[in-house]
Amino acid sequence: MQLRLQIVSILATLGLFGLVFELVRRRRLMERYALLWMFSTAILLALAVWKPLLDRVAVAIGIFYAPSALFAVALGFILVMLLHFSLVISRLADQSKVLAQRIGLLQERIDVLERERTAAFEDEDERRELTRIP
Amino acid sequence: MSTHLAIVPAYNEAGAIAGTVADIHRHAPDFDVVVVDDGSTDATAQVAAEAGATVIRLPFNLGIGGAMQSGYQYALEHSYDVAVQVDGDGQHDARHINDLLAELRSQSGVNMVTGSRFLAPDGEGYRSSVARRLGIRVFARVLSMITGREVTDPTSGFRMTDRRGIVLFAHDYPHDYPEVEAVLMVHAHRLVATELPVEMRPRTAGRSSINSTQSAYYMLKVLLAVFVGMLRARPAVDAGDDAPVTAQPTI
Repeated sequence: MQLRLQIVSILATLGLFGLVFELVRRRRLMERYALLWMFSTAILLALAVWKPLLDRVAVAIGIFYAPSALFAVALGFILVMLLHFSLVISRLADQSKVLAQRIGLLQERIDVLERERTAAFEDEDERRELTRIP
Repeated sequence: MSTHLAIVPAYNEAGAIAGTVADIHRHAPDFDVVVVDDGSTDATAQVAAEAGATVIRLPFNLGIGGAMQSGYQYALEHSYDVAVQVDGDGQHDARHINDLLAELRSQSGVNMVTGSRFLAPDGEGYRSSVARRLGIRVFARVLSMITGREVTDPTSGFRMTDRRGIVLFAHDYPHDYPEVEAVLMVHAHRLVATELPVEMRPRTAGRSSINSTQSAYYMLKVLLAVFVGMLRARPAVDAGDDAPVTAQPTI
């Protein structure tokens, strides 16, 4: 692999790793979701730094031009991550549905309780009015 | 004494909801009415409450599946024995509610009765676009094959369930376009479903939840759900299973 390409790959993956790390440090990204990113960037960094490993991966999956193997591996990680996001979105949608239903049912209960309470107070007022007249 | 509930999901149906509620009160006075206002932007909830219905107001639009499930959750929490789904737009004729109830009561072991537009004696109780009727026919064939019982109107939302159906639907109800999948769910849980001929009216106000351009998407999505559902080892969550909604990491 050309030296220039190797340097660019290393810098890019290092930059990505640092960005993810910084986002976790600032609590903008939860560790749960950062792990997959860090794992991917670590593997890509290893492949970019250690040429023989990349060559062996390229041979193993039948790619003649070794740097392309780096892209292939990166693409694999991207697909896994997108699927991961779809799963997370599905779960969030499910959770928000459950919450919305719960809120709707609770709101109805509050309405009923408030109506009952208002009615009880009105009865009480009426009774006082009646008893005040001697 | 057994208690009955009519679940009326409504999304921006301020024009029709009062008539629907009044219809149910008139023709099926045994039934309490709960209107599930699915995040309407108009006065649906207010009109429904003034018409004498209990109103569940969802904070945002969940779609027909989520709204209907809220109705079943209400039925479960308030220990109703029978629940019937009635569309908020007035398509379902409330006079048939008592027919459905009679059918549900007529034989023990029936858990769900669906009002079918295609069993009506004159055979043309319902007019719709060719594409939609073809879609309904396809689903009817697929579901009849899977369940081993004749299903003529799988997309009908005019259904009545007993306590077991209420418990099932309160815990698990399909998402976007639930009717077809609900038939399959009922079958997977070994509940018995039958059909009864009913007539349906054209809409009086508002718009259908499915327009023609969405029909193809609807078909594909429901077919996927049907076949994936068949391959699922256990179609729904039983007591002691992992919660369907968890904080567990995915993949």
